[in-house]
Amino acid sequence: MSWLPTLIKACYFLAAVLFILGLKRMSSPRTARGGIVWAGYGMLLAVLATFFLPDMHNRGLIIAAVLIGVSAAWWTGRRVAMTAMPQMVALYNGMGGGAAAAIGAVELIGYVRNLALLHPPGIPDTSPLRPESWAINALQPVPAALTLSPVELTLGVLGALIGAVSFSGSLIAFAKLQGWLDKRFVFPGQRAVNLLLLAAAVLIGILLATSHASLPLIVAFFVLALLFGLMMTLPIGGADMPVVISLYNAFTGLAVAFEGFVLGNEAMIIAGMVVGAAGTLLTQLMAKAMNRSIGNVLFGSFGAAAGAEAQSIDGAQKPIDAADAAVMMAYAERVVIVPGYGMAVAQAQHKVWEFAKLLIERGVKVKFAIHPVAGRMPGHMNVLLAEAGVPYDLIADMDDINPEFPNVDVALVIGANDVVNPLAKTDPASPIYGMPILDVGNAKHVIVVKRGKGTGFAGIENALFYADNARMLYGDGQAAAGQLVNELKTLDD
Amino acid sequence: MIDGFLALYIFMLAAFTGYEIIARVPVILHTPLMSGSNFVHGIVLVGAMIALGHAQTPFEMTIGFVGVLLGAGNAAGGYVVTERMLEMFKSSKPVGKPNSGKESR
Repeated sequence: MSWLPTLIKACYFLAAVLFILGLKRMSSPRTARGGIVWAGYGMLLAVLATFFLPDMHNRGLIIAAVLIGVSAAWWTGRRVAMTAMPQMVALYNGMGGGAAAAIGAVELIGYVRNLALLHPPGIPDTSPLRPESWAINALQPVPAALTLSPVELTLGVLGALIGAVSFSGSLIAFAKLQGWLDKRFVFPGQRAVNLLLLAAAVLIGILLATSHASLPLIVAFFVLALLFGLMMTLPIGGADMPVVISLYNAFTGLAVAFEGFVLGNEAMIIAGMVVGAAGTLLTQLMAKAMNRSIGNVLFGSFGAAAGAEAQSIDGAQKPIDAADAAVMMAYAERVVIVPGYGMAVAQAQHKVWEFAKLLIERGVKVKFAIHPVAGRMPGHMNVLLAEAGVPYDLIADMDDINPEFPNVDVALVIGANDVVNPLAKTDPASPIYGMPILDVGNAKHVIVVKRGKGTGFAGIENALFYADNARMLYGDGQAAAGQLVNELKTLDD
Repeated sequence: MIDGFLALYIFMLAAFTGYEIIARVPVILHTPLMSGSNFVHGIVLVGAMIALGHAQTPFEMTIGFVGVLLGAGNAAGGYVVTERMLEMFKSSKPVGKPNSGKESR
């Protein structure tokens, strides 16, 4: 059976190739669907090959755990609503981090167990020169393959630390996005406490890695690491969660790569590292779109300093009714719809697309403009629009659409607020100052669908609503869109 | 096991690969992509299986079992969710709706 290990290695190699090709295909909307399927075949291949590894025990347990885990995740993944996608990604990511931490734990505990066999507690010196150690060494021979080299030990500890932080942190992110943890958890001296926790975890990690490993130390290490992930994520507000999830995604990738090194598994190293790098880049892109540095997200607190001197805005919000708004857009040449997460919360995307289709039938040029951080995760709004059936070539990015706004007759803002707030450009005291926005105000007319006169998600007054060319269409997103559809239909009668 | 420097090269090349692949992804695919990369690190399942395969004491076996459970959840959940999202992305052109030719771009 000497060909079996080679075959297994070949399967891992093929899996790594399929992962990279799959991710590559996911970079274009046309081939993306195929990409995930390719990566899926890679995963299937790698998992099947693992069953045939030599020296594998507990096969029954493994099969049971795989079956339970797969069916539970499959069941939830099939049923979850598209609006809940960010927290599901956070949850599955946390599971991956937890698995990486568990690998680290099993390997470390096994290492300590083997160490104890090499150096039984009663006999400090197990050198072959001492007769009393012969018997023990002969009784329990420890193969060299079961001990860990210093590099393996270091990476194993590091991977376990990162994985554990990603696990508890992602679970908090999930709970926050799910609405189970509404408030931010802040207390004085929090940063010092967190720093202390991290320092303690790292210190114990160093002890573990420098062959001072013992079972109590390992337990303390994991408790501290999990606690740090918890405490680090609790003070971060909901608006910053996408950056945090993306960061933990990269974390898990790194943890997987490090544990892959400990296990000598190349597929894990490559897949983990690819995700680690890709996730880091994705995190940077997101933070940039929100005009926040990653450090600011993790250690700053949103709106704590500002807000006291919020600029007051002169003028009044000017209302419009659905009939007038429908007429305005029906006879326009170009209409740009700017959807925000509020539209998705109101489940209005289907009605909005119905309205857009009616406009297109009348010969109006319609586009959807999407801010990079619209929704609760970059690109989330695209998913929600895709779910409603909006073709992706009608959807424009911020950089593409911004120069076109002066030529747009009507911009319809529905459920978006902060991403179209001109104060981000004009008011240095505003908490969102510097965040890139959609220049909706440059359009000839702006119609804003809004539930009431209140402020947005971040609690910031929006100067756009008071602009001369802006009209407010008050109402729930779904109801307002329905009214627009009806008004448009009566126009043709 | 793997030689230290060889591993370092693998780490480095894989990191560049990941960076380059993502650098050209349009914003509209960021959420599916995050979810897709989330699925790819579900390969941790393989590692968890190996760890459980090594486990000898009941304590180790329990942790290993939880690890495989979590890893399987990561892989399966990541796949289902990503596939569901990507399935929905459609272009207006091949569908051939009568009015789809009117849009600019």
